[in-house]
Amino acid sequence: MTSLLIIAVLVLLGIAIWQLTKIFDLTQLGTVSQTENSEVANDRDNNVNGYLMFAFVGFIYVFTIYSLVEWGHLVLGTPASEHGPQYDNLMAISLILIFVVQTITQFLLHYFSFKYRGKQGRVAYYFADNDKLEFVWTIIPVIVLAGLILYGLYAWTNIMFIDEDKEDALYVEVYAKQFSWEVRYAGEDGMLGKANVRYIEGINTMGVDMSDPNSQDDIPARELHLPKGKKVIFKIRSQDVLHSAYFPHFRAQMNAVPGMVTQFGFTPTLTTEEMRQDPGIVEKVANINNIRSKKSAELVANGESPLDPYEFDYLLLCNKICGASHYNMQMKVVVDEEADFNKWLSEQETLGKAVKKEKQQMADSVEATAPIEETTDSETATDSTMVETDSTMVVQ
Amino acid sequence: MSVAGHEIHGENDHVDAHAHHHKDTFITKYIFSIDHKMIAKQYLITGIIMGIIGIMMSILFRMQLAWPEESFGIFKALLGEEYAPNGVMRNDIYLALVTIHGTIMVFFVLTAGLSGTFSNLLIPLQIGARDMASGFMNMLSYWMFFISSVIMVISLFVEAGPASAGWTIYPPLSALPQAIGGSGAGMTLWLVSMAIFIASSLMGSLNYVVTVINLRTKGMSMTRLPLTIWAFFITAVIGIVSFPVLLSAALLLIFDRSFGTSFFLSDIFIAGDVLHYQGGSPVLFEHLFWFLGHPEVYIVLLPALGITSEIIATNARKPIFGYRAMIASILAIAFLSTIVWGHHMFVSGMNPFLGSVFTFTTLLIAIPSAVKAFNYITTLWRGNLQLNPAMLFSIGLVSTFITGGLTGIILGDSTLDINVHDTYFVVAHFHLVMGISALYGMFAGIYHWFPRMFGRMMNKTLGYVHFWVTAVCAYGVFFPMHFIGMAGLPRRYYTNTAFPLFDDLQDVNVLITMFAIIGAIFQLVFLWNFFYSIFRGKKAPMNPWKSNTLEWTAPVEHMHGNWPGAIPEVYRWPYDYSKPGHEDDFVPQNIPMKEGEEQLHH
Repeated sequence: MTSLLIIAVLVLLGIAIWQLTKIFDLTQLGTVSQTENSEVANDRDNNVNGYLMFAFVGFIYVFTIYSLVEWGHLVLGTPASEHGPQYDNLMAISLILIFVVQTITQFLLHYFSFKYRGKQGRVAYYFADNDKLEFVWTIIPVIVLAGLILYGLYAWTNIMFIDEDKEDALYVEVYAKQFSWEVRYAGEDGMLGKANVRYIEGINTMGVDMSDPNSQDDIPARELHLPKGKKVIFKIRSQDVLHSAYFPHFRAQMNAVPGMVTQFGFTPTLTTEEMRQDPGIVEKVANINNIRSKKSAELVANGESPLDPYEFDYLLLCNKICGASHYNMQMKVVVDEEADFNKWLSEQETLGKAVKKEKQQMADSVEATAPIEETTDSETATDSTMVETDSTMVVQ
Repeated sequence: MSVAGHEIHGENDHVDAHAHHHKDTFITKYIFSIDHKMIAKQYLITGIIMGIIGIMMSILFRMQLAWPEESFGIFKALLGEEYAPNGVMRNDIYLALVTIHGTIMVFFVLTAGLSGTFSNLLIPLQIGARDMASGFMNMLSYWMFFISSVIMVISLFVEAGPASAGWTIYPPLSALPQAIGGSGAGMTLWLVSMAIFIASSLMGSLNYVVTVINLRTKGMSMTRLPLTIWAFFITAVIGIVSFPVLLSAALLLIFDRSFGTSFFLSDIFIAGDVLHYQGGSPVLFEHLFWFLGHPEVYIVLLPALGITSEIIATNARKPIFGYRAMIASILAIAFLSTIVWGHHMFVSGMNPFLGSVFTFTTLLIAIPSAVKAFNYITTLWRGNLQLNPAMLFSIGLVSTFITGGLTGIILGDSTLDINVHDTYFVVAHFHLVMGISALYGMFAGIYHWFPRMFGRMMNKTLGYVHFWVTAVCAYGVFFPMHFIGMAGLPRRYYTNTAFPLFDDLQDVNVLITMFAIIGAIFQLVFLWNFFYSIFRGKKAPMNPWKSNTLEWTAPVEHMHGNWPGAIPEVYRWPYDYSKPGHEDDFVPQNIPMKEGEEQLHH
């Protein structure tokens, strides 16, 4: 019924416009000569559209200013990583450049469209080429872009090329799967154990190779805690499809690719608490809570439960299409002072202990029900043979 | 080169053409036609129908984004109870709509609909040829395109849903039905459809290249070709270079999906099972895909730029500024476009050193693009602009090309790409610079060459309404997206309500959707104008825009061979508008140079 109504409205709209053009045509009959009625633009059309062109550049400017005022504050604010300010600086330079070029070229384009709108009797200026002009506007982009490329490459090298021997870094594995994240800390030895999805079993959800001595002290977690002021090197894996580990507040992103280990490193510079005090964030959170309380009032009126108030937290989002629930694949990120972080980490159970505990429980239950034992045995047996050939492939 | 030979061929053909003409049946005239003008119309109408489907899909998913998980009658009506239970769109169907919208718009509308239509219509007519080099292959090309369109549309009705892995169909998501429903039969149909599409596109491209090289009329040297032909010619070359690579990627993906090979898959644990795949790499697929995917952007855009070059010169009554620089830019863009694909993969996990190389080549492409934009603006300067609808769309194209192109400086920079990669910033960028710009080029071409195709004029007032509303809505939709992108909002999210962080972006999303709906509704004005004018439009004179190129010297009637008499000979370049020393403000290419007349351009 609704769609019928919509179609009816659209048809009526079409008829209205058609009739309007007829009226236009009729009003013109007496005033203009026959040649003017040929669907080719005449002086009147050139005038009207010329002025509209001029108005349009006004529209572009006003809309740009409106957007900046109204939505400028939505843009990500204070960066929370060491390379963040450099990133933001390069972004600012690029944006300023873009705005300047945009303002000038759009003005010229639309102003010329207005100024030189056709008039019967006017003759256009035959101007086919001019080497000097063309040279100028080839060389200017060359110089400007050369500068941008150099700055960009300098920043890129700083961010992406990590010298693992020199850095005293924290190694964290970020593990992606439809539709959640897991993390694994390297533990006391500072080395992540080898892993492959073929080792996935029970509590060992990331497929860590428990025969690797580096694996025992690895610490799995469901929340990503990071120490402030220490370089963190993420080793990123995926167990099923492509995902992308996106940390917008840290200006960091890297895809998670099944079958290979990718990496990204950054140094957090602001703890979660400090970021919550950031004026931009305070304002943003207040605004969001305002929106949420309004929505909650509506929900309560409809007999539904209200929304929780929002408190700022860093986030890890999935930013590569990965399936139906891609839109809700997230993990909380907490940045602490290093001491607090170390305390938190020491409270987590190591993987070695967890696996041992699980095996113990399994053994207990196996004693009670004998037949299960066989199946588990044979499964592990086949698994381990496969594993033999694979473990070399995924060296971290 | 073949000028002399062709002259003879033309003369003989003329007699043949008339003999054929009387034997035409309905089927040979309208369906299995080998006449390039009819094939162009077939491409255009098919493209428009696919365009309607593609734009409708975008409205559906924009509604879901503005009013997440609400029930709409239109969802119930169009998606059905299966895809939209109780009128609420399912989350995987959202992804399916996004995927098919992208596929249809990029390949079926802007590649086949735009390039297919105008290459077919204009190449023979503007170079002075009787038809394409191979009319039969041309017909095959269209009908394979038609079949691939039908298969793509059929895939919408598959039970588990059509392909839903994004138009880039990155495996493993596109390879594993366990990962998303659409990767079952829907994805198979997608791949089959695309394989046929690629074959069709290659046949078309080969035909265009051969025709341009061999069948130019006497006097039509390469430097007297209209810029439209240059653009179509180079586009066809890029297509021939890059489409086969996509075909190979599609074939390998079919092998992985159906025959258990591991080209793109490795170490996968899904739905509680370890799969047998070992040693493949999804990054390899990304390389193969974008080796086509990036040139594809220019396959879409160059024809639009060619069309606008021609239309701006004609309507400005001025020669295009810097004809040779324009050709050089087209060549430079074509060359660079094949070595920049990596900028889609800065954070894919490939070696960061490659990122540096691709940043360098990518930003280089801004130079020829800037030259083109400045040359357009200079062409307008001191012109006598006839603001016909086609001209408005051409100016609109330059505007969106600049706005969208400038943000490429950010995305092409590997450093800056880190944080805006796959956000709405990207969506804003490519829609403006290639989607909207190419659509404008297509509209401009339709308004401009409608008289040449159908012998009638489109209504200009409706054309003006169409342009102005579209121009405002296009900016209204895509400009705000830059801001929500820089706020960190990822694309391809079914709803943003899972993140309180993004609650403050909801107003913007509603505004974008409103603009999108209004813009889409006003495309009906165009559709009405188009179909009404085919039958009832005002009769057009032979050269309504007083243009110089050869297509306006041929009568608009159904005739195989284009010119009833001899093929016109060409004596000058196509841009002698307002040339001093001439009575009229245009001098068609087939008018010989006056005695003592000098060539004023270089």
